[in-house]
Amino acid sequence: MPLEIDRDKLLWIYRTMQLIRRFEEKYLELLNSGVPFGTGHLYIGQEAVATGVSAHLRTSDYIGSNHRGHGHCLAKGVDPIAMMAECYGRVTGTNRGRGGSMHITDARLGVLGVNPIIGQSMAHCVGAGMAINLRKGDDVAVSYLGDSAVGCGVFNESINLATIMNAPVIFVCENNQYAVTTPVEYAIAGKIIDRAAAYGIPGVKIDGMDVFAVYEAAGEAVERARGGGGPSFIEALTYRYEGHWIKDDHTKYRTMDEVDKFREQDPIPAFRSRVLAEQSLTAGDLDGIDAEIERLMDEMVEFAEASANPEADELFEHVFAEPVAGGQS
Amino acid sequence: MSERLLSYGEAIDEAIRQEMARDPSVFMMGEDIVGAAGRPEFWENLGGAYGGNRGLIVDFGPERVIDMPVSEMAFSGAGVGAAMAGARPIVDIMFIDLIGCCYDQLINQAPKIRYMTGGGYDCPVVFKTSYGGRAIPGLPKGGGAGVHHSQTMYSVVAHFPGLKVLTPSTPYNAKGLMTAAIRDNDPVMFLTHRFLGSVRGHVPEEPYTVPIGKADIAREGEDLTMVSIGGALPLCFEAADTLAADGLEAEIVDLQTINPIDEQTVYESVEKTHRLLVVDEDTPVASIGRDVAARVAQNRFGYLDAPVTSLHSADVPVPYSAALEEHMPPTAEKIVAAVNEMLVAF
Repeated sequence: MPLEIDRDKLLWIYRTMQLIRRFEEKYLELLNSGVPFGTGHLYIGQEAVATGVSAHLRTSDYIGSNHRGHGHCLAKGVDPIAMMAECYGRVTGTNRGRGGSMHITDARLGVLGVNPIIGQSMAHCVGAGMAINLRKGDDVAVSYLGDSAVGCGVFNESINLATIMNAPVIFVCENNQYAVTTPVEYAIAGKIIDRAAAYGIPGVKIDGMDVFAVYEAAGEAVERARGGGGPSFIEALTYRYEGHWIKDDHTKYRTMDEVDKFREQDPIPAFRSRVLAEQSLTAGDLDGIDAEIERLMDEMVEFAEASANPEADELFEHVFAEPVAGGQS
Repeated sequence: MSERLLSYGEAIDEAIRQEMARDPSVFMMGEDIVGAAGRPEFWENLGGAYGGNRGLIVDFGPERVIDMPVSEMAFSGAGVGAAMAGARPIVDIMFIDLIGCCYDQLINQAPKIRYMTGGGYDCPVVFKTSYGGRAIPGLPKGGGAGVHHSQTMYSVVAHFPGLKVLTPSTPYNAKGLMTAAIRDNDPVMFLTHRFLGSVRGHVPEEPYTVPIGKADIAREGEDLTMVSIGGALPLCFEAADTLAADGLEAEIVDLQTINPIDEQTVYESVEKTHRLLVVDEDTPVASIGRDVAARVAQNRFGYLDAPVTSLHSADVPVPYSAALEEHMPPTAEKIVAAVNEMLVAF
């Protein structure tokens, strides 16, 4: 079936997937060389999901994310330069150095935050959806969650509440098949996708390695939510190529054969082959984007390296909106 | 001061009603705050666990007065998310005893939003809940609500920088603090004492605010400072009257905000009176009462004529039987006895 996606959108999709991939590879390289401090949970392998979803989002829409959130943020438009500076703990970072990799936010883009307490951001997205309904808007909130969140109490409470509130929330479950070292088939009873039917909301299970499949499913869900049709649930089967976190040796709990099986389905070369075969884009288009991203990566690291750390007297700033009368520690 | 008398509960409800009328982004959600959700023919009969919201839904509609399912985690989190998305939610958690079900949102999420985003997001959510419930002599109702519907436990939410925690104790201050809480751009926990609900006092009709983070000198005196927390205020007044009959004038500092604490007002009082008794209805371990006592001991030792003292509930879960429960909390008699002991020793 030929693609019914316009050229600009196809360029955006490629650029976004490649940006996420290269950001994460660069971050891994930097952490392994001991440059920035902190930790990270890499999104490599899952790029098709955030990209296919965000292709339908606008600036005023919201996203709530989990610990593996770099890809969600970049796809929503967060500046990679400010994001890397944040990972370095710099004052020029998205959160002025107070959040780091696990708390990237951007209020101007509706990024409610990377949030490493599993499942809790689902409830934030329900609230954002309620706020949208209160102001009679047609924005939506996308709640990204992993397979491990399916076992959390907040999963049930949030989807149930979103449903009875008819909140414009798209729950995107990225089933990457592992919670740290624990395989999904051990931790989650039944089939994840069957949960949607239990709440009486539309649910679809898709190949999360295929950006076009994600694009199509997310498009339907976003359109439904904007039109007042309430929440939807998408299970995207996907895979993280790296360990749970930067220092996690994933060969201790899975085989490289399994990793390779998913690497063979890598969404970026698959996209490239398809758009070239269908002559939707040219090799020159794609190579141009690759080169642009490489320049951006250099600029990004240079900026983070050159940026200042927060001043020590900033420690007490932003606890409250304003100083509190009489309040001292 | 206004001549009009309102109860503590009515004063809080009036603040909510006035702020909802003033600002269309204010909305309220919680379990049974309307009752009979989706069945308007019953709404006139109901209105919250304490009846205070009666008619609110008629005036503001089901879009802004929203009954919640039993899902404290989801709707507390929804309050945080809605606040980040530009609304000003009031999240009603029926009893403080239920906060274990939504603790992550109260301790990890709401208080940290502003700080961890480097000031990127406001989080103007009010969590309203009720505490206390023990059989306290001199207060209007008996206890007997049992271990999961009677606790004070405000100390366990006061620990977290970024979350303002209020324990109003008079109708006037309750209205002003609720108005301030709704207008505040930070998350606020607004804790009402279950037995103060029907206590009446003068309350002006027009909207006004009482500053968050400021203690109230509830009674002036020269001989001793009593720092009162929340529901302890009526007990402190009763004890102060008894002590006054013996010629001892107690100054009562009603803390009102238990995080952040108004140290300055406490210090100024102690510098004048040279003695401190903190009355805290919570159990003693890692409590706000002991925190206040420790601050004074650390920072105003040189002014003291007697050891700082704090009076708490007994360090036990709340028992059901009134024969046991009545021995648990501070009482006016215990306060008087503690003061006398302090004076005899020094």
